[in-house]
Amino acid sequence: MGSKVRKIIYNFVYDIGANTLNIIEMMGYSMLLFLEVLYHSKAAFQKRSEIVKQMYYAGVKTFIVVSIVGLFTGMILALQTGLELKPYQQQALVGNIIIATLTREMAPFVTAIILIAAVGSTMAAEIGTMTVSEEIDALEMMAISPVKFLVMPRVIALAIMLPVATIYTNLLGSIGGGIVAYFQLDVSFDVYYTHVLDSLHFKATYVGLLKALVFGMMVSTISCANGLRATNGALGVGKATRNSVVSSFVMVLITGYYITALFYGK
Amino acid sequence: MIEFRNVTKILSGTKVLNNLSLKIEKGETFVIIGRSGTGKTVTLKHIAGLLEPDSGQILVDGQQINGTGKSQKDRLREKIGFVFQSGALINWMTVEENIALPLVEHKLYPPDEIKRIVEEKMELLQLTAARNKMPAEISGGMKKRASLARVLVRNPEIILYDEPTSGLDPVMSSLINTIINKIKEDHSITQVVVTHDMDSAYAIGDRIAMLYDGTIIQCDEPDGIRNTTNPIVRQFITGSLEGPIDIL
Repeated sequence: MGSKVRKIIYNFVYDIGANTLNIIEMMGYSMLLFLEVLYHSKAAFQKRSEIVKQMYYAGVKTFIVVSIVGLFTGMILALQTGLELKPYQQQALVGNIIIATLTREMAPFVTAIILIAAVGSTMAAEIGTMTVSEEIDALEMMAISPVKFLVMPRVIALAIMLPVATIYTNLLGSIGGGIVAYFQLDVSFDVYYTHVLDSLHFKATYVGLLKALVFGMMVSTISCANGLRATNGALGVGKATRNSVVSSFVMVLITGYYITALFYGK
Repeated sequence: MIEFRNVTKILSGTKVLNNLSLKIEKGETFVIIGRSGTGKTVTLKHIAGLLEPDSGQILVDGQQINGTGKSQKDRLREKIGFVFQSGALINWMTVEENIALPLVEHKLYPPDEIKRIVEEKMELLQLTAARNKMPAEISGGMKKRASLARVLVRNPEIILYDEPTSGLDPVMSSLINTIINKIKEDHSITQVVVTHDMDSAYAIGDRIAMLYDGTIIQCDEPDGIRNTTNPIVRQFITGSLEGPIDIL
């Protein structure tokens, strides 16, 4: 019994240690990969058609889901805050709250989450499949850098498309908020949009877009890094995809906090 | 010339290559046979610089490939082509685009010249009808031929083949063997072929080496292998269940 418990504790500690080492190794690998992407970005013009193709996948193909999520994010925010403000007859302020929340935090975060699920996971699976089916080795044998050929166009495309999608989420979110304000909170569209424009600050907008830019580069790099490190066939591709989604999500949360702290903290 | 000097490689705790030494002469077709999982592909990947040995040296034309930087590896790889077992074609490109890929990426020739070279290789490998097809739409044999065409457009001095006839019907296997022999006759390229298809090994090999327990246990001309007295080689080439090879 004693040796069984010891074995369970040993395995538990071993797993924690092994996973921690894997996470640190993958973080290091992702950072080096990002530096390599920066180096190869000088060939961005040469790879413009691939970048545009990736932008299409990241933007156009996620258009509907971004629209729905953006609209409903604004609607939920308006309903939750409006119902709290209504007893004090302050529901007109819902426009201020929505635009401030969306531009600073919610829009880049929500958009990043959608793109992690829809685009990042696809990148990890696609590149992971190429890794396990020796296509990456084949590129190396042709002296074609997989980073220049595959990763750089994806990173640039998502770095462009995440801010664009964030602007769109801001717009849809504020429209959604306006609909709820009008139908549920008795706030006219005129009043709602006056308050929205009142609180639409330049700093909040550019900090939000900066976050989106950083998230875009981070999500695509992490996803591609996991794909390039995939091993063991279909099982490995699945693992790489799951790891890319989890790591991207955690990193978006952590980085989002630090960017906010950098611009709005003490 | 390709030379392995005391190469050892351990993968997942198993010694896949155990102090392996071998020399492959320029212009010969060297066939490596052996059971699945004995390190044949690992040997090829060491020549290509895709794997690094734990100890030992690998020399290609007198230049060491292991332990070198990416740029030196890329320079050596200009001489080497690798035909992967699955073809390893880029799955979102057509057959024609795949074949042209190395020339287009490195801008080695003007577009018209690239088109001409690709056309020539597609004709040689009977791929013209499949030029606009995606890799998922073509057979295993076509994938291997397209992969070989992609290698040939770069005029390599060495071609490495990983199981070129595995999973193919006998007619397609004969076609691949004929192509490998034609390449040797026309271009005197050094070819290293990994296979466990003995008909293919006899048809194409100048020399055949049997890899067993991480090392070469016999290396001889096809007739020498065919008439071997080594019990392990004999059991392998006859496919007998009785003999010294541990089936499990």
